[in-house]
Amino acid sequence: MAKNSDNLIKDKNPPALQIRNLKKTYDNGMVALNGIDLTIEQGDFFALLGANGAGKSTAIGAVCSLVNKTSGTIKVFGHDLDFERDMVKSFIGLVPQEFNFNIFEPVIEIIVNQGGYYGIQRKEAFRRAEALLKHLDLWDKHKQKARNLSGGMKRRLMIARALIHNPKLLILDEPTAGVDIEIRRSMWVFLKQLNSAGTTIILTTHYLEEAENMCKNIAILDNGEVIENSNMKQLLSHLQTERLVFDLKEPMATLPSSELFKIQFQDANTLEIELDKNSSLNFVFDFFNQHNIQILSMRNKRNRLEEFFMERISQNNKEKVSV
Amino acid sequence: MSWKEIWIAFKAVFIKEVLRFSRIWIQTILPPAITMSLYFIIFGNLIGRAIGKMGGFQYIDYIVPGLIMMSVITNSYSNVVSSFFSAKMHGNVQELLISPTPNIIILLGFVAGGVARGLGVGAVVTVVALFFTDLNIQHPIMTLLVVILTSFLFSTAGFINAIYAKSFDAVNIVPIFILTPLTYLGGVFYSVNMLPPFWRDVSLFNPILYMVNGFRYGILGISDITPTATFTLLFVFIGLLFSVAIFLLSRGIGLRD
Ligand SMILES: Nc1ncnc2c1ncn2[C@@H]1O[C@H](COP(=O)(O)OP(=O)(O)OP(=O)(O)O)[C@@H](O)[C@H]1O
Ligand SMILES: [Mg+2]
Repeated sequence: MAKNSDNLIKDKNPPALQIRNLKKTYDNGMVALNGIDLTIEQGDFFALLGANGAGKSTAIGAVCSLVNKTSGTIKVFGHDLDFERDMVKSFIGLVPQEFNFNIFEPVIEIIVNQGGYYGIQRKEAFRRAEALLKHLDLWDKHKQKARNLSGGMKRRLMIARALIHNPKLLILDEPTAGVDIEIRRSMWVFLKQLNSAGTTIILTTHYLEEAENMCKNIAILDNGEVIENSNMKQLLSHLQTERLVFDLKEPMATLPSSELFKIQFQDANTLEIELDKNSSLNFVFDFFNQHNIQILSMRNKRNRLEEFFMERISQNNKEKVSV
Repeated sequence: MSWKEIWIAFKAVFIKEVLRFSRIWIQTILPPAITMSLYFIIFGNLIGRAIGKMGGFQYIDYIVPGLIMMSVITNSYSNVVSSFFSAKMHGNVQELLISPTPNIIILLGFVAGGVARGLGVGAVVTVVALFFTDLNIQHPIMTLLVVILTSFLFSTAGFINAIYAKSFDAVNIVPIFILTPLTYLGGVFYSVNMLPPFWRDVSLFNPILYMVNGFRYGILGISDITPTATFTLLFVFIGLLFSVAIFLLSRGIGLRD
């Protein structure tokens, strides 16, 4: 189905996802989305970020027909969800935040059945499932009941399930939550390959390092509103300063000051330096040499996106208070 | 979706349903076989001898159609209500909700699963019955039609129950407090003509009476109810419940926030 739907795309290059003024108020009165706009181009690798409760899963739910939107429009590859729901559904693959398969079913059944729901013959679905599971390093578990899988394996099972119908848009809601670093890395490689092969990907994550590594564009949701929507590179280049942490060989009592950068103690063995991002690190080392400070190791205090994220959210909260 | 894809989607739901109850056959197929054997031994053989004839038949022959029907009704209903409810609770119904599978196919798939279990258990109970008595089916086509339509009807009812249910308790309320009493009072063990006129008339409001008697007519050739009344009732109820189920599904009641 994914194949023939290619020629049904209306404009030549409509956005993979276009959301206009999307609102969602839950039955209990909770306003989860307060009129968001988002445009995600074809081929993008898009990070949807935000604190717990910001509205990410609600927005994804509305796009995937799991949440009834209150108002607004959603278009997927130019097709309006309200008028061409089945078409829209066939474009999207979803890896939900919560495990939502039948834990008593064997892994292979779960994936093959999902193929069936998209109209894929059992034989063909089985063939695809085998390839996906092998790719995701899960094939040796394919006959196991899903409840026998570890948390990280369950995530990978959901990725395989989401890809069974070759979706053009893959949406992953915290796919790496609870996944060990090794598997996470291999997932990154897998998703990057998928993206290079043409699949548009939307990802939510609380590991900002992950978003920084993989995503081309980014939006930050806060309290049901989009407070930032930009290109990752540009955004990071706007960050003015960088914080570095240095572990000292010997504890220091007094702190020399510098005119070139801000310097402070974290504790007697650790220095923190805030440096304009255009200035050279050599100054810092000159400074250490001058004062005969021995450095054991150095690292970034936080990753840069994380820095920006925290700043932007607290700024948004301040704006809210002052209104 | 094309017709072919729709057919594939239906098969996927149906196969999943059949595999589900087959995997847990000790909970789904075995208990009715055991209960019904007990009924046959106690009511049919032991007590039945003391009762003598009913409607011109040995008592055991009289109750066989009713007991088969009773297992078909409860198993069809409970298969769909528990399967769809747990799909809702565990979230795996989302697998269907995000897919282009039409609502009517989702419903038909679950209902077909319920019918498969209802008829499967019905067949097992029939085989058990053959150890105790012989069956000479008088109207095979009517027998088959009544049992399939009844199974379809109660599978659909189970689906609606699952949509509204918010807890596992709510899944059991209808079978325990409504279905079982109506079945026992639905002429499984006696002919309503034995009742005083008032209770006989009251019994006519019990839809299960029509199904049990329709089925008995198919097998034994006797009934308290005309076949026309049986079929009219079956079609009206199926039409009604099926429309309600489709409506609830399309509104996403209990499924989508
Ligand atoms: N079914 C629901 N009924 C009522 N309120 C809900 C429901 N689901 C979510 N909410 C509320 O909507 C808001 C947004 O929730 P949502 O799950 O979209 O956040 P999120 O950004 O995905 O958070 P997280 O990072 O924790 O997954 C929250 O305040 C949440 O409590
Ligand atoms: Mg979420």
